[in-house]
Amino acid sequence: MINVPTILWIDEEGRIARPNDVAFGSNQFKEMTGIDSEAHLERLRAWVRGEGPAMTPEEVRAAQTLPTAADQEARAEFTLAWWLSQQGHAEDAEPHYVRAGELAPHDFTIRRGTMLIRGLDPMGEDFMKIVTEWTEAGNTFYRPLEPVSAS
Amino acid sequence: MSPTLTLLHDGRSDEIPVADLANPTIPAEALEETLGWDLQPEGLCRGVICVPVDQSALVRGDVLDLRVLAGALQRPLVTDEKHAVASLGASHHDRGDALNSLEAPDFTLPDLDGNPHSLSDQRGKKVLLVAYASW
Repeated sequence: MINVPTILWIDEEGRIARPNDVAFGSNQFKEMTGIDSEAHLERLRAWVRGEGPAMTPEEVRAAQTLPTAADQEARAEFTLAWWLSQQGHAEDAEPHYVRAGELAPHDFTIRRGTMLIRGLDPMGEDFMKIVTEWTEAGNTFYRPLEPVSAS
Repeated sequence: MSPTLTLLHDGRSDEIPVADLANPTIPAEALEETLGWDLQPEGLCRGVICVPVDQSALVRGDVLDLRVLAGALQRPLVTDEKHAVASLGASHHDRGDALNSLEAPDFTLPDLDGNPHSLSDQRGKKVLLVAYASW
């Protein structure tokens, strides 16, 4: 999971039937995100009612983004930083949070999710700064799977 | 008295005696209990899986070099010498294998009343898992 919202379908046997995807429960943020919630909700209703398919295991595997070595190092840095924060060593935790973000700049569960702990604003200027940098570099903040979120 | 390293790994932490915090080690006899691997002539072994390792670099008397160990297992190791703590992450290969198994890992979280709920409680039903944040 690298951002929120993230949804996941799990079937009756506990197997992933749709991998991590971006979907909203309503269109409250549609103007900002460009994502129509209804596309996912329609597919979800059809799957739950047995009227529409989930993805095949092959499709799920193809749609997943597997973590890289850098992603895992970022998570190790985050774990270390979080432990330091919990122990009251916020100043010493900070470079590990920063390094985690450098290793996995696409991982906003780390970059945005740690902002409050670090005294930054996850809804304000601090957040907008990293999003602007990210998008101006040609990246997308929300990356829904296709075609579920095609409106 | 030897300093102690807090080793964060696999969702837990262990206190490990080390001689040198700059070059962390793990007692050889603690390897299996702590990390689930066993050092054999063919390498680091867990069940039927053995990973080759340069034992001349790994073994230092009765302790094992933690950086060499992490490298052999392709697990990231990051340290904070000042606070004597290290974080041993999961291998991206292991995470990839887990994801490709398509088995949703079980977890337990409390509801608003503090009652725990596990994903496995929902077996037999279709589940929509939603992760969100209120910030």
